[in-house]
Amino acid sequence: MAVTARPALDAQKLRADFPIFEQKIHGKPLAYLDSAASSQKPRQVLDAIREFYETSYANVHRGVYLLSERATEGYEGAREIAREFINAPAAREVIFTRSATESINLVAYAWGLDNLGPGDVVLVTELEHHSNFVPWQYIAKRTGADFRLLPIDDNGELQLDALDEHDGVKVVATNLVSNSLGTVNPVTKLAAWAHERGAIMVVDAAQGAPHHRVDVQELGCDFLAFSSHKLCGPSGVGALWGRAELLEAMAPFNLGGHMIRSVRAEETTWGELPYKFEAGTMPIAEVVGFGAAMDYVTAVGVEAIADYESELAAYALERLAELGGVITYGPPPERRAGIVSFNVEGIHPHDVAQVLDSEGVAIRAGHHCCQPLMKRLGVAATNRASFYLYTVPDEIDRLADGLHKVRKILG
Amino acid sequence: MEDLYREVILDHYKNPRGHGVIEDADAHADGLNPLCGDEVSIYVQFGEDGETIDEVKFSGRGCAISQAATSMLMEMVTGRTATEIAELPKEELLEEVGIPLTPIRLKCALLGLGVLKVALHRAKGTALPQEWAGLDELDLK
Repeated sequence: MAVTARPALDAQKLRADFPIFEQKIHGKPLAYLDSAASSQKPRQVLDAIREFYETSYANVHRGVYLLSERATEGYEGAREIAREFINAPAAREVIFTRSATESINLVAYAWGLDNLGPGDVVLVTELEHHSNFVPWQYIAKRTGADFRLLPIDDNGELQLDALDEHDGVKVVATNLVSNSLGTVNPVTKLAAWAHERGAIMVVDAAQGAPHHRVDVQELGCDFLAFSSHKLCGPSGVGALWGRAELLEAMAPFNLGGHMIRSVRAEETTWGELPYKFEAGTMPIAEVVGFGAAMDYVTAVGVEAIADYESELAAYALERLAELGGVITYGPPPERRAGIVSFNVEGIHPHDVAQVLDSEGVAIRAGHHCCQPLMKRLGVAATNRASFYLYTVPDEIDRLADGLHKVRKILG
Repeated sequence: MEDLYREVILDHYKNPRGHGVIEDADAHADGLNPLCGDEVSIYVQFGEDGETIDEVKFSGRGCAISQAATSMLMEMVTGRTATEIAELPKEELLEEVGIPLTPIRLKCALLGLGVLKVALHRAKGTALPQEWAGLDELDLK
């Protein structure tokens, strides 16, 4: 076995925190290799949500009674955890949303509608998840701006020399880590390029934040979106960080309760940051769970996670190469997160994933919400195995063994 | 697993019946399963009565289930009338396919039938039933 867990991260031990692994799938232990789609949840997060509901639940920022105060403390405590998690200058720059997708929509609508127009260029990468592609394409169309793609090379890495073909760029949007190929993108360079041209830099860190250290000040971006469910937290909640001066100048996105300062028939004025962007009752317990999840990941160590996953990716690439007839996509292991996309020659990903499921091995088969990227790779779909802090090398061995069975049945 | 990839499915998958293209077909449609990007094109040649399905072929790419089900469909519809097949209940094909299918795989199994229905309704100038809508938005160019 080529992988040696570092003392800082003992995946086998961490695995015991995740109740989902206590069951059998089709009579076999679960090998969960789809963490890029969503991660499993540790008991610490599940307990935090249950305890919050059992002892502290009420609506936030409303009541003068004790429970509401406790609930507000839990909710705002999670905001401070998020601030620290991404090293944001101020907690009021951290906005809770329903997902990373909603975070990006917030920027695309609230910033884009008022700041884009004919002659402007919105530049997104060919690697984007639809969440950081479709909102920009739509808002560009609505405003008359030009929507363009920054191409990748055959390794799935951005071709930065193509940047200078574009004039009038107002928005550069990229993911920190590609959810399809695991490419770790050079956000710092892109942000510097964007700022030299007066463009804003928008980062989708849904795939990055759970696995890599994120420091918004070091990245130099203007907006950064991430979500809870890929980071050991509950689904239904995400976050957006934005520079205060940009957020302050922006119109609101969702309108309604709590985001106001005063409401009169003639006119309504908006609340302060971050509340201006948090209309309606938010997913309160989920935010608290999100906070517990960030605490959990921080305690494990985000850098240790990144190192460990990179080793797992290298090991998986090695095992897949041994099989022969397996095409892998994406950059070399040292520039890749814990994601391996591949195809078995002559066998459709659905069939691969279906046979693997019968072995208790869960992988993703499909376009991974990246149809433009699939087109670039010249495939309709790929298989994708993705890892997290609870992934053990044995699961990768079982993937390789399962692929033998796939060949036996369908080859 | 052995249920899903039973012998008859693997046989149709590995040796598809009616695989190919009919030039100047009387009815033709291209279809897409947006969930997985699978593509199927279907070509139909009618008999002299302009109604009987004399010959039917399919091309495209997809998983074993979609390819096998479409291959079975080719055998099932040859010699029957366009009107009958345009209204063919999907259960008839699913019975022939004869394997337990999850909702996702059901879409694979029914892709070929949907595209065939699009082709036939289009050739006849009749309206496609709502449940098959959206299959014919493929741009193969």
